[in-house]
Amino acid sequence: MAPRAGGLYVGKMVRFTSVGLRYAPPAGSSDPGMGQDVLSDLSFELPAGSFHWLLGPSGAGKSSLLKLMQLAQRPSRGEMEVLGVITSRARRGELPALRRRIGVVFQDFRLLPHLSAFDNIALPLRIAGRAELALRADVTEMLRWVGLEPKAESLPPELSGGEQQRIAIARAVVMRPALLLADEPTGNLDAVQSRRVLSLLQEMHRMGTTVVVATHSESLVNAYPGPALRLADGRLER
Amino acid sequence: MPGTPKFTVSRWANRRPVLRRGRGRDPLGLRQALPGLLLPAVALAMTLLAALALGGAFGARALAQRWQQGAAAAVTVQLPDMDQARVARTLAALRELPDLVDARPMDQARLAALLRPWLGEIPALPLPAILELRFDPLPENPEGLALRILSVVPGATVETQGVWVARLVALATRVEQTALAAVVLVLLLAVAVATVGIRAGLAARQDVIAILHDLGATDGDIANRFAGRVALLCALGGAAGLALALPALLAFSGLAGSLLGRLPVTRLAELPWRALPWPWLAALPVAVAALGWTTAEVTVRGWLKRLP
Ligand SMILES: Nc1ncnc2c1ncn2[C@@H]1O[C@H](COP(=O)(O)OP(=O)(O)OP(=O)(O)O)[C@@H](O)[C@H]1O
Ligand SMILES: [Mg+2]
Repeated sequence: MAPRAGGLYVGKMVRFTSVGLRYAPPAGSSDPGMGQDVLSDLSFELPAGSFHWLLGPSGAGKSSLLKLMQLAQRPSRGEMEVLGVITSRARRGELPALRRRIGVVFQDFRLLPHLSAFDNIALPLRIAGRAELALRADVTEMLRWVGLEPKAESLPPELSGGEQQRIAIARAVVMRPALLLADEPTGNLDAVQSRRVLSLLQEMHRMGTTVVVATHSESLVNAYPGPALRLADGRLER
Repeated sequence: MPGTPKFTVSRWANRRPVLRRGRGRDPLGLRQALPGLLLPAVALAMTLLAALALGGAFGARALAQRWQQGAAAAVTVQLPDMDQARVARTLAALRELPDLVDARPMDQARLAALLRPWLGEIPALPLPAILELRFDPLPENPEGLALRILSVVPGATVETQGVWVARLVALATRVEQTALAAVVLVLLLAVAVATVGIRAGLAARQDVIAILHDLGATDGDIANRFAGRVALLCALGGAAGLALALPALLAFSGLAGSLLGRLPVTRLAELPWRALPWPWLAALPVAVAALGWTTAEVTVRGWLKRLP
């Protein structure tokens, strides 16, 4: 059985108004050419429960946009609203609680290498202070959902790329997030694995989760057509 | 989900190796990031030093107090009898001495108490009159002073040992202050070393901390994990340091005891256990742990400010 999406949210899940992002130049560099705008003048809305592709060539700023949405990066300009909170103006202390309602599948997985698959998936629950006994069933259900129950005790370095990918998805979903962001979730998977991952994400969408999937694979989009945000050079194309 | 392998929950839930069971509760990998040797070693050395300094401070204070009780005055002048008029005349003459701050006859009750061990309770015995003189600053040349007093009060007995006692008391007080300053210095040093260790731990776990942060961990969650581990390591090291300091402290105390006229120790039970400032010593490992905890909280929270 697939996890139910929690936190049913009516209205806009994400709203960007003229948002721009510029990374701080590396410490010590006073080169004015650094600090270029990576994203500029982004305005869009994602309704609650929607599914969106995030498309664009490499370097267009897809990961950067997802970082803004997951509150791992503050915008340099503009106003941002996520889960009904105007995060561009929110206090720093308000953000962790919001982040726990956002599931993220990172482009590079970002699994903790010293923790087993089980403990990696359990991490968001432990951060949220969930009791060990209650968490066990949830994590086991997740492992079964992504088909990796036999690998519960494996460390990430002992898993294949596709298996790590699925652990990352399970970790993103275990909290039943209202918003699920996936960055290149099929990046290094073969066709069979890709379809499998995509059907997991679609299942989350059917359960009511707002889903955004970044990819530069047009074939994937053709196989699963849906509305798309297209980025080119840090700007939205219409 | 098609293709899902059919494994029962219990098979995997029950077979989790014991060694890995604790890992989920150490998601920061602090056991590697804050290796179990550096911080306890620092805490041990610092507690040892602080305990020795504390022992020195309290030993010096005890000596100063004892000496001060024995010699309330720098110089005593003993008159052969208690003739009130003569006492008054003598006091008036003595008040002309330079640097004299106080001159008074010794309280009769105190004099009787001082003499009781030698003379017993004999109320009828005529006591000599003893005048106590205090000087500030202490006289440079006690012997010259004694001669001068004799020229003013012929026939008196002058005792200047108190000058030496007062000098020792001043020295002991200075030693006590220096030792307490050393304790403070040692604790500050411990904070500095702990800060460096914690920063190294943070740098080693930078990626892991960033992941926990992005998954919604608060600064407090992360800082508390670090602080708990640091406090534990410091408490262990502190307790060991205190244990190591005890023999030296007891030896100190024994030496000080012989200065105060006690017999040398021949059995364990005779060691000056009760002379040690136990509440203060016991507070040391606690203080070191608390200091480690606070240092970790401040350092980690400060470091986390760089994350959004
Ligand atoms: N932390 C950073 N500091 C500075 N510049 C960055 C940082 N992260 C990304 N960039 C720059 O921002 C631009 C967009 O990067 P981003 O990773 O968002 O692209 P992307 O669309 O995800 O590309 P890809 O498809 O290859 O993953 C790039 O030019 C990159 O060099
Ligand atoms: Mg990217």
